[in-house]
Amino acid sequence: MTMLDCAITDLAARLSSRGISSVEMTDACLTQIARNNGRLNAFITILADQARADARRADEEIASGHYRGPLHGVPLSLKDLIDLAGVPTTAASRVLEHHVADADAPITARLRTAGAVFLGKCNLHEFAFGTTSEDSAFGPVRNPWDPTRSAGGSSGGSAAAVVTGMGYASIGTDTGGSIRIPAAVCGCVGLKPTSGELPCEGIIPLSRTLDHVGPLARTVADAWLLFHVMTGIPNPPLLPVRRPAPSLRIGLLRPYFMDVLSDDVREQFELELERLAMAGVTVVERAVPHASDIAAVYLHLQLPEASAYHAPVLQTRPEDYTPPVRLRLEMGRYVLAEDYSRAQVGAEVLRREVDAALDGLDGLVLPTVPITAQPIGSTGLTIGDRSYPVRALMLRLTQLFDITGHPAISVPCGRSRDNLPVGLQLVGRHGRTEDLLTLAATCEDVIGQRG
Amino acid sequence: MTDEGNRVAVEAWLRAALEDAERRGLPELKPLLEGLAQATITLRAADWNDTVPHAPRPADQ
Repeated sequence: MTMLDCAITDLAARLSSRGISSVEMTDACLTQIARNNGRLNAFITILADQARADARRADEEIASGHYRGPLHGVPLSLKDLIDLAGVPTTAASRVLEHHVADADAPITARLRTAGAVFLGKCNLHEFAFGTTSEDSAFGPVRNPWDPTRSAGGSSGGSAAAVVTGMGYASIGTDTGGSIRIPAAVCGCVGLKPTSGELPCEGIIPLSRTLDHVGPLARTVADAWLLFHVMTGIPNPPLLPVRRPAPSLRIGLLRPYFMDVLSDDVREQFELELERLAMAGVTVVERAVPHASDIAAVYLHLQLPEASAYHAPVLQTRPEDYTPPVRLRLEMGRYVLAEDYSRAQVGAEVLRREVDAALDGLDGLVLPTVPITAQPIGSTGLTIGDRSYPVRALMLRLTQLFDITGHPAISVPCGRSRDNLPVGLQLVGRHGRTEDLLTLAATCEDVIGQRG
Repeated sequence: MTDEGNRVAVEAWLRAALEDAERRGLPELKPLLEGLAQATITLRAADWNDTVPHAPRPADQ
């Protein structure tokens, strides 16, 4: 196993004891970026000189006995929606051409305080308003497992970077699934914490009531570390000892959530669920009674909130958006206030129903995305005897937990027959992101890190 | 409002929205608005919507 194959938690002790250096790690990542970025288009801005300087400083601090914690000297990236002082925040859009952040976002500042080295800013679906990372002023992000396919979105560049050694982790955002979807289709871990746990200031909003920020990482233990650092703990404890599988009870969400799946996602998910059961995890079935209303609630919250934020530019420079993103923003201007209000009530109903589904359980389980990575440019797909828009399928299993605010994580769950990654999603109790992470770590041990 | 009443109201909204999109030179918006209308009908039909009780007026009695 090379240094680039390791997780942050595998390397932290070697970094602190000076068995390896931050400069070595950073150079290795920059070499991977030079090798892969032309093919995958994962980065919009690469900060090679700045990263090397920060890595040298980290090595000097560690050598002088000022070790900050397990993220000290670790190279990682940010989705280019998140402010890094002195560096452009483009949101993958011509709209923000020449815009440079004048300060760090709070989560960026916390990562900096913990000693992280910033390699650059990652490509995304323009303004995070899409699930494929295809509509970007900088061109589409490509899937590392098959560059003719989408990397998922909207944090597609972040996921592609994490699985190809272009950094040890990346920070993304999730409004309908934008961390978990690319994590699933690229084969890494993606955590959306509980709503409101991490501050979204300094991050360009898509929908203020649905937006979340969180890490994409190689392992659950790394996601634990990054989550805690972003809550403001620069030197957090490592993930505690796993709970034994036979002590765990999880609820399989079946009606609606298992109704529309591609054959290979269903096959792989059921195989891994069976492995969890064989390891002793108790799996019971649960339902969300209003599941068929999820998409309607989501649209009537997300569309008008996005349109309200973009209204001034839509009015003056609409041609600066990519055409599909402009049309979705325009659509939001037609949502009536009374329907926005109905959707707010619906969100509360759904939140209570997810709380009820979690009653007596450690978590809920479902696939992350009903399909594997789709060819770039595809807009529709037939499953069974029905056709579905790709966008609706990509959001189908993740958007509920942005509406309700429950923490949710995608962990790799093997590959399809086409060797494309499949994701397994776990959902925890509101405000109990740590418990969700310990559950996910046990499941990861059973399933294996096989993204 | 009844499901039928909601459907009629959303259809009227959709007609106005389609005309507006056409007037603004955005015909590509039409299929998206039609999809949104379907979602709006679903949203309004949900059983959580509180509405003013519909008492019959004297003239209806």
